[in-house]
Amino acid sequence: MKEILSKITKDYLYRLVKEGKRVDGRNMFEYRDIEIKAGEIEPAEGSARVRLGDTDVYVGTKMDVGEPFPDTPESGVLTTSAELIPMASPEYESGPPGEDATELARVVDRGVREGEVVDTSELCIEEGEKVWILFIDIHVLDYDGNLFDAAGIGVMAALMDTVVPASKFDDAKKEEDYPLPIDHVVVPATFTKIKDQILLDSQLEEEKIADARLTVSLNENDEIVAMQKGLRGVFDYESTKECIKKAKDICSETREKVIEEVGRENI
Amino acid sequence: MSKDETKRELLLPGDEIEAEGLKPGKGVFKKDGKIYAAKLGIKNIRKGYVNVAAQSGRYDPSEGDKVIGTVSDIDASYWTVDVNAPFPAVLHVNDVPWRVDYGDTGSYIQVGDALLIKITDVDEQKRMQITIDEEGLRKLDVGQIIEIPPFQVPRVIGRGGSMISMLKKYTGCKIFVGQNGRIWIDGDLEGQYLAVKAIKMIEENAQAIGLTEAIESFLKKETGKDFDD
Amino acid sequence: MGSNKDIELIEDGKRMDGREFDELREITIKAGVLKRADGSAYLEWGKNKIMAAVYGPREMHPRHAQETRKAVVRARYNMAAFSVPDRKRPGPDRRSIEISKLVSEALEKVVFTEKYPRSVIDVFIEVLQASAGTRCGGLTAASVALADAGIPMSDLVASCASGKIEGQVVLDLGKNEDNYGQADVPVGYIPRSDDICLLQMDGNLTEEEYEEAMDMAIEACKEIHGIQREALRERYSTELKDENEKDLAEGV
Repeated sequence: MKEILSKITKDYLYRLVKEGKRVDGRNMFEYRDIEIKAGEIEPAEGSARVRLGDTDVYVGTKMDVGEPFPDTPESGVLTTSAELIPMASPEYESGPPGEDATELARVVDRGVREGEVVDTSELCIEEGEKVWILFIDIHVLDYDGNLFDAAGIGVMAALMDTVVPASKFDDAKKEEDYPLPIDHVVVPATFTKIKDQILLDSQLEEEKIADARLTVSLNENDEIVAMQKGLRGVFDYESTKECIKKAKDICSETREKVIEEVGRENI
Repeated sequence: MSKDETKRELLLPGDEIEAEGLKPGKGVFKKDGKIYAAKLGIKNIRKGYVNVAAQSGRYDPSEGDKVIGTVSDIDASYWTVDVNAPFPAVLHVNDVPWRVDYGDTGSYIQVGDALLIKITDVDEQKRMQITIDEEGLRKLDVGQIIEIPPFQVPRVIGRGGSMISMLKKYTGCKIFVGQNGRIWIDGDLEGQYLAVKAIKMIEENAQAIGLTEAIESFLKKETGKDFDD
Repeated sequence: MGSNKDIELIEDGKRMDGREFDELREITIKAGVLKRADGSAYLEWGKNKIMAAVYGPREMHPRHAQETRKAVVRARYNMAAFSVPDRKRPGPDRRSIEISKLVSEALEKVVFTEKYPRSVIDVFIEVLQASAGTRCGGLTAASVALADAGIPMSDLVASCASGKIEGQVVLDLGKNEDNYGQADVPVGYIPRSDDICLLQMDGNLTEEEYEEAMDMAIEACKEIHGIQREALRERYSTELKDENEKDLAEGV
């Protein structure tokens, strides 16, 4: 069920933003509290729970042995899904993933895939025959804005927490479990444009009056590996450059947080 | 149950209530001559009735409540208004202070408009009749609306209106607290911002001891004003 | 119920995880953990991790599902893809549809549905980590979430399974006990009225064993009821010493 924000409240929020203020008193490029916990879900090969303010997201990875795609016979298969379950918001409904969930999954997936976070060639067991299939599932429990960053951070942490369950499969080439080979640490920063103001990590009310959204995913070398402009509004070219500049510091802080939580050294 | 007399008595659904000589009021149910709590809340006794005042949950509309609604749909002769209750309310053209011709509803009130409403009737099906054709009721053209859990409304109003008048005094804002947990705030931007912050503080510390004093010292600090002198 | 004679489930009069026959796994519940939902509860029960949330009463969609004289309690039990060793494909399957139906029916018994005609009270149960007994855990958590949402109800439903392993009636089957035991009896219980609101059984039990299993499960439900109540008290009891504040809390 769609929730309505009254016109006068929207006007107030616009005025506030124009004055350079935010509903919860944050600076324009400040995150809410980020809490990352890795490894909470035992049956998963890797997992992370990310709380971004009151937004609450679980990510779990599962691995299986299967066939590679014909055009990439030497690579493991990576697949990302997101569920916006009705528990998370009065506006979400039961049923197969809609366009919002699909966009979320694909944007996060692109960061992982194009950022070459996982060395998929290492996930080949037998060329053209058998490879590891890596499932990444994003499960949103509480939606209070900025799912893109919560999910993106959660996926990165979950991947770094992932252990390849080689011992469970007779045909996995290796006999012992080993950490998922990670080549890069990619995290997103998502900016929201409201009128002429750009801000980081929009919470729910801000998201409701947002004109446009821009997600920038960077690796540890500050290289851009994925971007997505969302919503019906637009950015001018200069603003996109501004966002990328800002994203460098923001992402490097986030990256440190992820690495600190997962505590993995072999990257 | 509670040893300390000044400690409020929290009841859970199904708790038996000692209620000798009392009649079952709101938030309770009677079974085999005994009275039980029907919801999570605080016990109170009024005029021979024992009640349980909710400490959580949605707004339960009752006749005479003044609430703040948001228009969600328009028809030729009525508006649909969301008042934070399980069901939307219907505002008929007869219940507004203007003479509205059939089909002309959109010229007066539009989707997204905020209204200060009185609930004039709630039937057994929880269908509400509402009006804005009474003194003090109106369309709200300026300011903003925030939401708190409805059961916290008495906290924001305060004993004898003490909390709310303090908020108004320090922030210079006009504030109206709807029974449905929606609060209308109007004033300059600084004042509104401060009022919202103070109300959030009340919401988060609603059960704290000495809340009024804490809010007052916060407002003093933020505004530099002191009305004690 | 599987029947693998090679799997040992009892050793020296105790179960493999060291529990007595009538001992529960550890249960913790936290009420009011989600922001958006009207009520919520997070439960850990042994290795199960389950979130329950309640929205409503709110308008029922689709309209034709409305009941003119009462609210509909509509539970949706769902397992996260990563909650089990073999990835669970997202979306409802026959098992989750059946559990959702039974949980809806069990909860509806304690909710005063006649207070909200035509509406729906949505109960969402998300299993984040599954390790035998998720329907009982889900039902237990959902009751707490309903109370947290301020829903009028006559009692909290508590739920627990008992069963049989190696010919012995035991309480609260663990994962291997569930997989390789001889019977599983999930029970939902309403302590105040002494009613059974959920009952399933599969496997093989004599009449005597059934009675022993039920007695055990009901006794455990009473204990779980205490844990549920404690979770709600934890969330809502704050001392108020000031008389004025007390009056306000009572909604004067």
